[in-house]
Amino acid sequence: MSPVSKSAAAIAAARAEGRPALICYLPAGFPDVQGTIDAAVAMAENGADIIEVGIPYSDPVMDGSVIQAATVQSLAQGFKVAQVFDIVKGITERCSATVMIMTYWNPVLRMGVDEFSRRLAEAGGAGLITPDLVPDEAAEWMEASDKYGLDRVFLVAPSSTEARMKATVDASRGFVYCVSVMGVTGARAEVSDAAAAVVAAAHAAGAENACVGLGVSARKHVEEIGAYSDGVIVGTALVAALRDGGVDAVAKLTAELSGRAVNA
Amino acid sequence: MNPMTGDPDQGGSKPASAPSHSLRHAAGPYFGDYGGRWMPESLIAAMDELNETFEAAKADPEFIAQVKDLNKNYSGRPSLLTEAKRFSEAAGGVRVFLKREDLNHTGSHKINNVLGQALLAKRMGKTRIIAETGAGQHGVASATAAALMGLECVVYMGAEDTRRQALNVARMQLLGATVIPVTAGSQTLKDAINEALRDWVANVGTTHYLLGTAAGGHPFPAMVRYFHEVIGEEAREQIIAQAGRLPDAVAACIGGGSNAIGIFHGFLDDADVELYGFEAGGDGIDTPRHAATITLGRPGVLHGAKSYLMQDDDGQTIESHSISAGLDYPGVGPEHAYLADIGRVHYEPITDTEAMDAFSLLCRTEGIIPAIESSHALAGVLKIAERKIAAGAVPKETIIIANLSGRGDKDVGTAAEWFNLIDTEKDAK
Ligand SMILES: Cc1ncc(COP(=O)(O)O)c(C=O)c1O
Repeated sequence: MSPVSKSAAAIAAARAEGRPALICYLPAGFPDVQGTIDAAVAMAENGADIIEVGIPYSDPVMDGSVIQAATVQSLAQGFKVAQVFDIVKGITERCSATVMIMTYWNPVLRMGVDEFSRRLAEAGGAGLITPDLVPDEAAEWMEASDKYGLDRVFLVAPSSTEARMKATVDASRGFVYCVSVMGVTGARAEVSDAAAAVVAAAHAAGAENACVGLGVSARKHVEEIGAYSDGVIVGTALVAALRDGGVDAVAKLTAELSGRAVNA
Repeated sequence: MNPMTGDPDQGGSKPASAPSHSLRHAAGPYFGDYGGRWMPESLIAAMDELNETFEAAKADPEFIAQVKDLNKNYSGRPSLLTEAKRFSEAAGGVRVFLKREDLNHTGSHKINNVLGQALLAKRMGKTRIIAETGAGQHGVASATAAALMGLECVVYMGAEDTRRQALNVARMQLLGATVIPVTAGSQTLKDAINEALRDWVANVGTTHYLLGTAAGGHPFPAMVRYFHEVIGEEAREQIIAQAGRLPDAVAACIGGGSNAIGIFHGFLDDADVELYGFEAGGDGIDTPRHAATITLGRPGVLHGAKSYLMQDDDGQTIESHSISAGLDYPGVGPEHAYLADIGRVHYEPITDTEAMDAFSLLCRTEGIIPAIESSHALAGVLKIAERKIAAGAVPKETIIIANLSGRGDKDVGTAAEWFNLIDTEKDAK
């Protein structure tokens, strides 16, 4: 029996309001630990259903230059992985948004998959998004996520075969992360039309929730993608806003993305 | 069996599949608990395509003939096995033989792998190859193979390395490659690999990532080894022909581990042959400046494989340091991690100073300028010899093979500086 999924519940609540879920990313420790919490709360107050907190990592192969620069800064300021639990706790204490961690796998392995999972659950986190972990290598994580009732969000891509799509959808809980393009994170003027095909394939493979990320930066993308998917993931554009205009800019952009008036 | 080389002890009447206890033909994806595919889903389809192409090519006589022909008529194989008599005297009189990968076209073992992989790229219909490089040796080899086979070539290189290795940058450009300086992260080899992976994700339809060492996700470790197996198979045959028996020990340097796994392959199932991998000890393993991944690292995942890794308590990769750019990598191929754990291969660090002393010794005793990478293996040979003699071995009845993985032309600037041959003050004026 699978545990109740917090992220699936958040997506279902958005669906009940007739809109795609808005999933907003920001890196832990950027601009600093308190700043991450404040920016995340501003996201939640302006329409984010799920907050995705990224753990800065020395070798972020799926990230483009904007997110790289933010995570490099966070690490240079001395960010430690265990602080991500303080951040998750800090956010969940102040708002009702669902909080996930996005992390490359080695920091989790280093802490120990079970220990990491236990601390994430204790902090009130919903689960993990894992850009460089495929289900084939995830036996330990499958076990720990079941034990602690955490969501496990794997990625699927335009290059995923039907068999891999099925296996990945089956292994995921909460939602599957549909990569919109063959590429790394970064705002793009247009979101690739490959995204619709990936979402269709994920749905066909049995995914209840298929959310789209990579390249999404504007309200028009949210509307376009929201028409066929269950949620929209925004990263780089928000990180750039936080970098250039602080929490206020994040609040404004999140409100814009969600189609609401700013709640400052 | 590796039909590319005839694999003397496996071919002929013996069955094609290796016996289950053999260590020589480990197929991956796993080497014990190591290896696998710890990488983004976006790249898995390309890894599967590569694996299928590689498996089909290995069974295709035409492919094997192509590789053999290039090895012989382009690279100049077989490479010599040279008895280093004057160097041997300095090693207490043990007999030291050098496997002369330095004599290959482009000056190192790297050519074996790039020719094989470039052929696979063509088989897959890819028109573009990308590669990472530290000192530039693998970049030059990749640019060479691309020129030979009419492929577009882009090489990622840490920005700092492009300045230090300006001549190799020019060599790559002369060969028609584009060199992209990487300013991300620590601006070193590992960041060049990250950038190459980002390129690959975005261009995987047209592009093959020609990884330069026996690391990375499956099938890279087993595939890169396959193309270097020729080193060990030649060496085994040559030592039997020249010395009448197998060696007592074989030594190689370890960056990601490709030249080492290539020569070890010839001897892994010969239990009496001791195998040694020498890592870069930099300023010493009691300092933070080294690249002794197996000696001091802990298991983790980086660039697609689980293996030993230089990492901090948070799982962040630690920057490595070595005078030798080719060994300056905080990871190591997964097969070595496994061979270390089961005790089949001994891995030890060699400091910059020990390596440069051995470098100088080989120059002056044999008239061969070795790559600084390979000098780590030579320094290791001196240590093995000393220990064996101390344990009562008769020197002239003791045989050690060192893999001379490359020549030192690229290192002349570094060595001149190390030995104070350049008047830097005068140059500055
Ligand atoms: C001459 C030479 N030897 C050894 C190495 C180390 O690589 P590997 O451990 O893969 O053989 C290099 C890498 O650049 C090299 O140029």
